[in-house]
Amino acid sequence: MKRLMLGNEAVARGLYEAGCSFVSSYPGTPSTEITEAAAAYQEIYAEWAPNEKVAMESAFGAALAGKRSFCGMKHVGLNVAADPLFTIAYTGINAGMIIGVADDAGMHSSQNEQDSRHYARAAKVPMLEPADSAEALAFAKAAYEISEQFDTPVFLKMCTRVSHSQSVVEPGERTEHAKAYEKTPQKYIMMPGNAKKRHPIVEARTAALTEYAETSPLNRVEDGECDEIGIITASTCYQYVKEAFGSKYPVLKLGMAWPMPEKKIRDFAASVRKLVVVEELEGFIENHCRQLGLDPVGKDVFPLIDELSQNTVAEKLGKKAEGGIKLAEAIPNRPPVMCAGCPHRGLFYTLAKNKVTVMGDIGCYTLGAVPPLAAIDTTICMGASIPNLHGFNKANGGETSAKTVAVIGDSTFMHSGMTGLVNTAYNESNSTVIILDNSITGMTGHQQNPTTGMNLKGDPATKIDLEALCRAIGIRRVRVVDPYDLAACDAALKEELQADEPSVIISRRPCALLKYVKHKKPLTVDADKCRSCKACMKIGCPAISMKDGKARIDNTLCTGCGVCMQLCKFGALTGEEA
Amino acid sequence: MQTRNIMIVGVGGQGSLLASKLLGRLLLDKGFDVKVSEVHGMSQRGGSVVTYVRYGEKVYSPIIDKGEADFIVSFELLEAARWTEYLKTDGRIVTNTQQIAPMPVITGAAEYPENLVEKMAAAGLQVDAFDALSLAEEAGSAKAVNLVLMGRLSNYFDFTEAEWQEAIEKSVPAKFLELNRKAFALGRGA
Repeated sequence: MKRLMLGNEAVARGLYEAGCSFVSSYPGTPSTEITEAAAAYQEIYAEWAPNEKVAMESAFGAALAGKRSFCGMKHVGLNVAADPLFTIAYTGINAGMIIGVADDAGMHSSQNEQDSRHYARAAKVPMLEPADSAEALAFAKAAYEISEQFDTPVFLKMCTRVSHSQSVVEPGERTEHAKAYEKTPQKYIMMPGNAKKRHPIVEARTAALTEYAETSPLNRVEDGECDEIGIITASTCYQYVKEAFGSKYPVLKLGMAWPMPEKKIRDFAASVRKLVVVEELEGFIENHCRQLGLDPVGKDVFPLIDELSQNTVAEKLGKKAEGGIKLAEAIPNRPPVMCAGCPHRGLFYTLAKNKVTVMGDIGCYTLGAVPPLAAIDTTICMGASIPNLHGFNKANGGETSAKTVAVIGDSTFMHSGMTGLVNTAYNESNSTVIILDNSITGMTGHQQNPTTGMNLKGDPATKIDLEALCRAIGIRRVRVVDPYDLAACDAALKEELQADEPSVIISRRPCALLKYVKHKKPLTVDADKCRSCKACMKIGCPAISMKDGKARIDNTLCTGCGVCMQLCKFGALTGEEA
Repeated sequence: MQTRNIMIVGVGGQGSLLASKLLGRLLLDKGFDVKVSEVHGMSQRGGSVVTYVRYGEKVYSPIIDKGEADFIVSFELLEAARWTEYLKTDGRIVTNTQQIAPMPVITGAAEYPENLVEKMAAAGLQVDAFDALSLAEEAGSAKAVNLVLMGRLSNYFDFTEAEWQEAIEKSVPAKFLELNRKAFALGRGA
């Protein structure tokens, strides 16, 4: 029966139908729902790993054991997993293995716009690139076939518009797959003597895959009505090309991003008067064409930056698109904000008030950078905050230690914050690290992690004790505060900044959006007592605004957290007793 | 037939995903090819959010571009005004008149524009603006604004009320079915 499925759900369906039985991933927009949907199938063991490197290594272990496996991540997660990637490209697999990676052109929810296709070429690992949900399902199945036929892990490359668009799929049945494990040291022990023998196999494999790409139905030519131009495209860009031009121009749609065919591309180029490559971000296909001696229209016309769309494609190829009516009125922006009741708010207010320099990290708390709190100085990548702080303090000879902190979430600390803290302890920088423990992976939509006591399937799991872990790492000063208690936050921050050794403050309160978190009644404003000083508005809570010169609380948003109440000197805000 | 385009816009957390789920269900049941594009991740946190619903014989692009939308359904007034450029010249805006101040307005860095409905109409846009929040509260919950808006939108389509109701039944958890049916009816009758 036909169903609407997200591209990510369709990947999970493809994994299921292809007999995949092991999934290990780290959440990251736009890849997260692949693993969540896979976990809903009884036949698939699925887990959240603490980071992408662990996920990929675990998926490799499962493939080695003879079971079809999958690991999923966003584009920047692939950087974390790059180390195992380049070597499992040498060893090959036993049962099929897919590496799912989702790019985020347009940076809807990311810190950079890197193009993962470069990894396929660099690591010499084939990559398939679906253009809608039906292809996401079909390509997941095809990826296992290629993986086992050519003895290689295979990339399944998604992007925001394919991952997060629902389109029609027709689900099929599951077929089981299993192989036996046999000890094969020359294949799996990559010490130089063995690796030297594997490298030629990798090069021969790429040559064989290039041959495969020449005839594979994954790469297809669609005839056009006019040969004035011919378009090579892939992924969501294929949809924009078809939307803009229908069947006017011939199209070579590449389902294999790597390796790309040579003869097929030359033949296509020869069949049209002008060759055009339409692709998002890098000119990856274009460069391949240039290596073949072709001279396509590409990034000389299309941007290297941001997503494309049907109008962009049409306009760049000379077809004017009609716009609509834009209001003359200035429309204020609506940036994302910390939710009402967010436990991070009280802590960031404390940081802003104390005017400390803050090394930030990746998560909901990155929103602490948004005015009026504006309490973050850097955001680089997962786990960067603690080493950033260490380097900053060391380079300043410790001068900045009393006015600089790192902030990192519970899930991010598990991901790659721990090693930074080991460095802080071992190389002895007098750093103050704040772990924002909201007991969930928030930004990606509430995934469990090693500190939450639950696993992906919703079953109880071993809960990593953050305090004990920090102490075991060698931090002697470890304390816990409630971020709803501003006085306690302020005292803890001041004391730890002054301390003569590294310290960790755990700011602990579960995310206000978690179902088990009970909210108090919304606060009320006593208009007679409100002096319009706007002190309550310094925390940037979306539930508070000013109306007719008085503070106003939005009852549909307020969770009664009481942080604003602590800022009111006139007792104008009142709430439920604790 | 030419592909038809509905944009659903609002503030992250207002429940636009249920509205697009309902439309997707209905249109698929009616035998159309359908694509629905959603926003996940960071922009969901109280930011401006947009969902694209496209249907027809064969739908290619998952997104709606400027000048393409037949309808913009908006959960909030400022958001309706933000996206007008995406509407076809003969398209229609169906919007809740509820106003939610964005952070630059809360902090005083910007003003919430006044008389937006009148300004949109003066610019030549067809605007159907009404208080969906009050109707949702009348139905039993402020959270049912999505179904009130769908009810209002349904007046512009040829599908029967029974077809809409069937899609609601398939999209909504049983314990919220009555609330959502009521909200839809209030929106349709408004």
